[in-house]
Amino acid sequence: MATSSGDKRLERVISNLLRTGVLLSGLVVLLGGILYMVRYGNNPVAYAQFHGESEIYWSLSAILKPVSELKSRSIIQLGLLLLIATPVARVVFCLVGFAFERDWTYVAISAGVLIVLAISLFVL
Amino acid sequence: MTILEFTPIVFVISLFAGFLGSLTGLGGGVVVTPALTILLGVDIRYAIGASLVSVIATSSGAAAAYVRDGYSNMRIGMFLEIATTLGAVYGAFLATHVPVSALSIVFGVVLLHSAWQSNRQHKEGAPHLANDPLSRRLRLEGSLGGGTTIEKYRAGRVKTGFSIMFAAGTLSGLLGIGSGALKVIAMDQAMRIPFKVSTATSNFMIGVTAAASAGIYLSRGYIAPGLAMPVMLGVLCGSLMGARLLPRMEVKTLRRVFGVVVGVMAIEMIVKGITGG
Repeated sequence: MATSSGDKRLERVISNLLRTGVLLSGLVVLLGGILYMVRYGNNPVAYAQFHGESEIYWSLSAILKPVSELKSRSIIQLGLLLLIATPVARVVFCLVGFAFERDWTYVAISAGVLIVLAISLFVL
Repeated sequence: MTILEFTPIVFVISLFAGFLGSLTGLGGGVVVTPALTILLGVDIRYAIGASLVSVIATSSGAAAAYVRDGYSNMRIGMFLEIATTLGAVYGAFLATHVPVSALSIVFGVVLLHSAWQSNRQHKEGAPHLANDPLSRRLRLEGSLGGGTTIEKYRAGRVKTGFSIMFAAGTLSGLLGIGSGALKVIAMDQAMRIPFKVSTATSNFMIGVTAAASAGIYLSRGYIAPGLAMPVMLGVLCGSLMGARLLPRMEVKTLRRVFGVVVGVMAIEMIVKGITGG
């Protein structure tokens, strides 16, 4: 289906990126989940009432700590952030791929999608 | 219930939802949210947040294979993602303002529709080569097959498709689902892109669409790590199992059975919304 060898190569790169992103984030979430179960296993759950998880557990300083001091929910959240970053990275890779092919229309379209994503993630 | 009891139950429910979602082509997200709210009494907003995350995982996993095999059309996908991401931002914004009862009802209606849609017979005609100037300029085209049977296609009715995609993005952001059914309708029926390319490109687009509302969900506290963890892992494992088993299963009867299950859940969601339970 690819229209050129550049497209074919881009398809391979994107495919690997997506698989790696999902696998990596899944492993991080699993690791955080095991720690979470070990530490908070006996606490009661409270998802019937919505109160908003206002706290962002994840921060750069949190993941630089040794494992014993790590918050398990921060690790889960790091995994979830990796997961959310995967399709965003896919758009960036596509943009670069289109630039290599000198397809400026699609460089602009990819940039547009990226701007909407950036606004939703950082501004709103 | 303690976390140690709750988490495995959520995992198993999500596993089943992912499995069912992948066999029926509905997607795991649209099944896991009613399951969590009806069976475990989880607030629909937490369920939506967790489901959205699982949607990114399953669609990216599936897209990896589709892209490699050349079924996803990256240009068509990228162009239409402008519409879906804008819609997703709008939908996530709506979700934080709409009352929970309305969310339940809209969810039920969308669920009913996608169950019906997935059970419809699909007729595949010859690829359509639309003579649309906008489509030509944007290179919304490609070819299917290999060897001597390469058939070219070019998308038509670009504006209609683009508008439906905005609606698909809005529903995705509002309900934390992939809204793959509506994306396929936009490409397959409105733009007359071959069905196989439509489904593969839809999968390719779902992750980016969901990512656009994920940021808003995160900052509004819809994504609870303790709940999202078993949901994401469960739905992901379930849909992988479904994809493995799909070629070896008698899908037609299965779809009919699952269609009834999903229909019952949909009605339950609507009733829940109306009675405020």
